[in-house]
Amino acid sequence: MTATLTPVLTAHWDEPDSFTLAGYERTGGYQALRKALAMSPDDVIATVKNSVLRGRGGAGFPTGVKWSFIPQGDSKPHYLTVNADESEPGTCKDIPLMMATPHTLIEGAIITCYAIRAGHAFIYVRGEVLHVVRRLQYAVAEAYEKGYLGKNILGSGFDLDVIVHAGAGAYICGEETALLTSLEGYRGLPRNRPPFPAVEGLYACPTVINNVESISSVPSIMTDGAEWFAGMGTEKSKGYGIFSLSGHVTKPGQYEAPLGITLRELLDIAGGIRAGRRLKFWTPGGSSTPILTDEHLDMPLDFESVAAAGSLLGTRALQIFDDSTCVLRAALRWTEFYQHESCGKCTPCREGTYWMVRTIERLEQGKGTEEDLEKLLDVGDNIIGRAFCALGDAAPAPIMSAIKYFRDEILQHQKEGGCPFDPAASTVWANGGR
Amino acid sequence: MPFSDETVARLRADAAEIIGRYPRARSALLPLLHLVQSEEGYVSDDGIKFCAQMLDCTETEVVGVASFYTMYKRSPAAEYQVGVCTNTLCAIMGGDQIYAELASHLGADAHGDGHHTIMTDDGKVGLDRVECNAACDYAPVIMVNWEFFDNMTPDSARQLVDDLRAGTKVTPTRGPGRLCTWKEASRILAGFGDGQAGDGPSAGPASLVGLQIAKENGWSAPPPQASAGGSGGSSPRASTAPEPTGNSGAKK
Repeated sequence: MTATLTPVLTAHWDEPDSFTLAGYERTGGYQALRKALAMSPDDVIATVKNSVLRGRGGAGFPTGVKWSFIPQGDSKPHYLTVNADESEPGTCKDIPLMMATPHTLIEGAIITCYAIRAGHAFIYVRGEVLHVVRRLQYAVAEAYEKGYLGKNILGSGFDLDVIVHAGAGAYICGEETALLTSLEGYRGLPRNRPPFPAVEGLYACPTVINNVESISSVPSIMTDGAEWFAGMGTEKSKGYGIFSLSGHVTKPGQYEAPLGITLRELLDIAGGIRAGRRLKFWTPGGSSTPILTDEHLDMPLDFESVAAAGSLLGTRALQIFDDSTCVLRAALRWTEFYQHESCGKCTPCREGTYWMVRTIERLEQGKGTEEDLEKLLDVGDNIIGRAFCALGDAAPAPIMSAIKYFRDEILQHQKEGGCPFDPAASTVWANGGR
Repeated sequence: MPFSDETVARLRADAAEIIGRYPRARSALLPLLHLVQSEEGYVSDDGIKFCAQMLDCTETEVVGVASFYTMYKRSPAAEYQVGVCTNTLCAIMGGDQIYAELASHLGADAHGDGHHTIMTDDGKVGLDRVECNAACDYAPVIMVNWEFFDNMTPDSARQLVDDLRAGTKVTPTRGPGRLCTWKEASRILAGFGDGQAGDGPSAGPASLVGLQIAKENGWSAPPPQASAGGSGGSSPRASTAPEPTGNSGAKK
């Protein structure tokens, strides 16, 4: 076995007090902050740029470049908002990170704010994870007590306040501009760009929005260096990342590895597909990334390779489905999710998701026709690129990719007058369970 | 029932603290809605009015926001809101079956439309379908008042709701020793902790599976200086850190 895991963010999750300040400091915590505060803010930005860290929330935009877009010498306040609204179906990395090591995120946020000259950082965490909210609140309080937050941090003259802000149940608020609107106290509707948040973000002031894992990667880059980070991964997708395996795999869980590892390597490490079954389809990075099949087992999981295969690396949320699973059932449920979570602002997304659900339902009940498939592809084409935000672009991904790879199976529903699969066979407890 | 003068005075003090956290007052609306929900278990018309007064905006504006977010209930919630994840991954791994069996298990003693929310007539347990809650490696997942109950089965789910109805203690898989009520949970979301942050594990078993396999195989990230030479590296990265001292200090 040549594949190697590289625990960095996850390295101390197994320690019983990893979420406390004492536990974090014992494993080197807040040393990166000391190093950063001894540098100039511009040098901190340059270091992160040189590491070629790309956004871990799915889009993969270079983090240091994003920071460098914040205008300097302007009279407006600057803000950092951490996107901790992890809600993309299949994605389950930021929540365990914040539960186990909230201080990694806080230390990264302080360094980021120092670099972009921000005096306020907001951690916008989804509200549906009560214990994670507790851990964040507690960690922020501990950081204030120790002088890592507040006025004149570690005698540097740098002031920062961090606010833990609990959301209230809206997937759309994971979209960066909707998150800002929500944080301002309104319905979470996305905004058109430009202006980009770096120029007019929160309260129309320069704002950086980064994913939890992106910000949490910053302390390791400061401590071990940009070259160290860039020494992992592939040519254009550098560093390590958390790969979340779920579904019909023997050992579901979090696997931290250099970008570019393949699903075959990850499945080898994770004990393979559950006994007696074979891989049917999977998402590389959440429900918004078109499904792939066993043709793609050896594709490097980096931004470029997954895009070349017609999908997206996304959040590395590898939802694995074996041959007991009806692909149409999966696509219908994801499409229902997008219909439910569409904010309603843009007509193509609001109306298109509604009609896609009705059409897929008809197909699943065995009452559909081949024309319905063309209709779905047409509706999908009319949503993609015609909505303000990425939710609209993502909504048709499940059904369009399902039609691409499993057209015959979808039409089989019509021939059999219903679903040819037994849902009981897909459950964890089928055949005695794992 | 309208808020009493005492209630309003207490909520005003909390609201002032919440508003004080933000550079602009309007940003406090979401936590204020969590706050009024913690008082009555839902966002009532009085709660709406209170938020509007605190932020000097119209009640219509507040309703517009409250109705957008699914965590705010506009009618009284149960003491324990049980949410079965029926997004694709959990649904296929058994969440659909768990929801169906719970709905029928509670059916005789419950009311509701059977699709969105079911509530037992004693007001103890409400049953919802919830969307993906970021715990897919523990599928199928149930949330009770937004605490994790991992790796559920139809049997363990039935036992869970029976225990909740009977007042028997239940403990979340990754969470506090004592399960909060729905109202108490809303207060934490408004920003007022309950002192239980130190409870529970740092991480659950699935969160640690990759780390454990790495340790068994001696795998780690390359050391800081070795990366340029391209060596695979096998020394522990955090070699400067002393050995963990055990479980001291975890509780607070």
